[in-house]
Amino acid sequence: MEASKVIHAIYTDDDVLMSAVKTVKAEKHHIEEIYTPFPVHGLDKAMGLAPTRIAIASFMYGCVGLIVSIVMMNFIMIEDWPQNIGGKPSFSYIENMPAFVPIMFELTVFFAAHLMVITFYLRSRMWPFKKAENPDVRTTDDHFLMEIAVHGNASELESLLKETGAVEINIVDKEEAH
Amino acid sequence: MYTFSKKLKTFSIILMVVGLLGVVYGFMDSHKSYTEVETMLADEAHHGGGHGEEATHVVTETSHDTHATEDTHADEAHSETTDVHVDEHKEHVEHVQHQIANRPWSALYVAAFFFMMIALGALAFYAIQFASQAGWSPVLFRVMEGITSYVLPGALIVLAIAVASHYLGHNSIFIWMNENMSNPDHEDYDKLVAGKSSFLNITGFIIRGLIFIAGWSLYRYFARKFTIAQDSAGDNKNFKKTFRISAAFLVFFIYTESMMSWDWIMSVDPHWFSTLFGWYVFASMFVSAITVIALVTMYLKSRGHLPFVNDSHLHDLAKFMFAFSIFWTYLWFSQFMLIWYSNIPEEVTYFVTRFADYKLPFLGMVVMNFVFPILLLMNSDYKRIPWFVVMAGLVILAGHYIDIFNMIMPATVGDRWFIGIPELSSILLFAGLFIFIVFTALTKANLLAKGNPFLKESENFHS
Repeated sequence: MEASKVIHAIYTDDDVLMSAVKTVKAEKHHIEEIYTPFPVHGLDKAMGLAPTRIAIASFMYGCVGLIVSIVMMNFIMIEDWPQNIGGKPSFSYIENMPAFVPIMFELTVFFAAHLMVITFYLRSRMWPFKKAENPDVRTTDDHFLMEIAVHGNASELESLLKETGAVEINIVDKEEAH
Repeated sequence: MYTFSKKLKTFSIILMVVGLLGVVYGFMDSHKSYTEVETMLADEAHHGGGHGEEATHVVTETSHDTHATEDTHADEAHSETTDVHVDEHKEHVEHVQHQIANRPWSALYVAAFFFMMIALGALAFYAIQFASQAGWSPVLFRVMEGITSYVLPGALIVLAIAVASHYLGHNSIFIWMNENMSNPDHEDYDKLVAGKSSFLNITGFIIRGLIFIAGWSLYRYFARKFTIAQDSAGDNKNFKKTFRISAAFLVFFIYTESMMSWDWIMSVDPHWFSTLFGWYVFASMFVSAITVIALVTMYLKSRGHLPFVNDSHLHDLAKFMFAFSIFWTYLWFSQFMLIWYSNIPEEVTYFVTRFADYKLPFLGMVVMNFVFPILLLMNSDYKRIPWFVVMAGLVILAGHYIDIFNMIMPATVGDRWFIGIPELSSILLFAGLFIFIVFTALTKANLLAKGNPFLKESENFHS
């Protein structure tokens, strides 16, 4: 892969980072990535990231779970072998429905929760033995790092970032990992 | 300061007048004589209604009037079979006659209780906000205080209707109020009711009711007094006082609310009991109260009286509406499923009558109180759109009215129910009274509780 240059601006305070993001966005520079040790409230909005759609996915997974539970209980308890168990009416699904509600509820939650988590792992590319993508180890502790691509405007960018309060600015070659 | 707009005041007075006229009509319309009911039942039978059995009575007994009079004289000369026959017929007609007479009472009681429970639920919500030191809600405190001003008059009205139904209405709502039921020598003797008479007796009912109302009103009086005093105070002494009495009130509330639900609702079916009933009534009351808080807030904001309320406050209220709708459903279903599953005859009759005669309101309310809110209020963007929350709120309120309707009516009017003039006009009457009292109370103080130490946080609240 072709190596490109990126600029790494490091901050030590999330408030300074927030105002830096706003300045950089105002100057119409594209922020590639920001690494923070903890969630910074409002950072996604400042960066202009699109809202997540994982809740919608989860709702649909929940619907799948509900359907699975209904189809399963209907087949097992009503169609395949409608036994009389303790006098419960197994003539139709609706007649014995209250007894199935705990299962319907739990499977809905189970599908909604687990498939949403798996979706999250897939979309954010997280799995065991995954190589950590961390440009600077300090960003997991107490430093914030903003990464901006350089397109021949390195000195101009550098002075802009200096103004925003960056404590350290490095220009590095970046292997395209993904 | 908020001034009660002339339009709204006139509107509430019109509601009260129209409602009152309807209620009076309902009472006048419910006094049917024995023969009137008899003819009515015969007509229904001819139309192929559910009283087919009655048709045979009517056909075989050529002269009811003579039979009926003879029966009241307990004529020994009658052959035994005819006697039983006539007795059954007479009992049935009298039973229906009672149900028809009970209807305006129950309609009035359901509506009175519904609006009382909104105010009481708002009081509990208010106390929770104080006790938990919530940072988002202080801008809504004056709205809540306005709504809770209905607790005292509303609860007194409920108690008054309950007591009047005994003295004026011949035990139209609570059959246990008939003292003959615990008298072993009387024909009305009922062993189960007699066994409960140490709790279910008129004197105890009134005393308990007054204690509940006194406790709730005292809390509301002092909480209001302290928050008003806090407005101009230099320190937080009054706030701390409200905090302490709120915590104490919540303990008092959860006991009295539970007992109130046995007294004022569960005892309409004195043969039946359920352990989670108090919680179930509480859930209904709480979700309706939060809905009304949201509706009043949106109304006042749309008129420009609450500039400090933003859509995040609305979002939080809508979240509460959503969550407590689910909580209500959880309790409703827990009560229903446990009884349905074990199917013990003495408990299951409660749901059997509701399924037989109230299928549409009984299942319809689950749709209105659960399916509707869960689908409408799940999306977080929709929870910030006022008209959307208003729509969902109106459905929730209607659903919880039907919930109370389903608790009271099957025990008092049985299959003679309908949502007609007595019910609708009772709703109008108490809706008018509720609006009048609540909005009058809102004019009494600044709509922003200025002295609250969490006010700044609340004004800048966003999520």
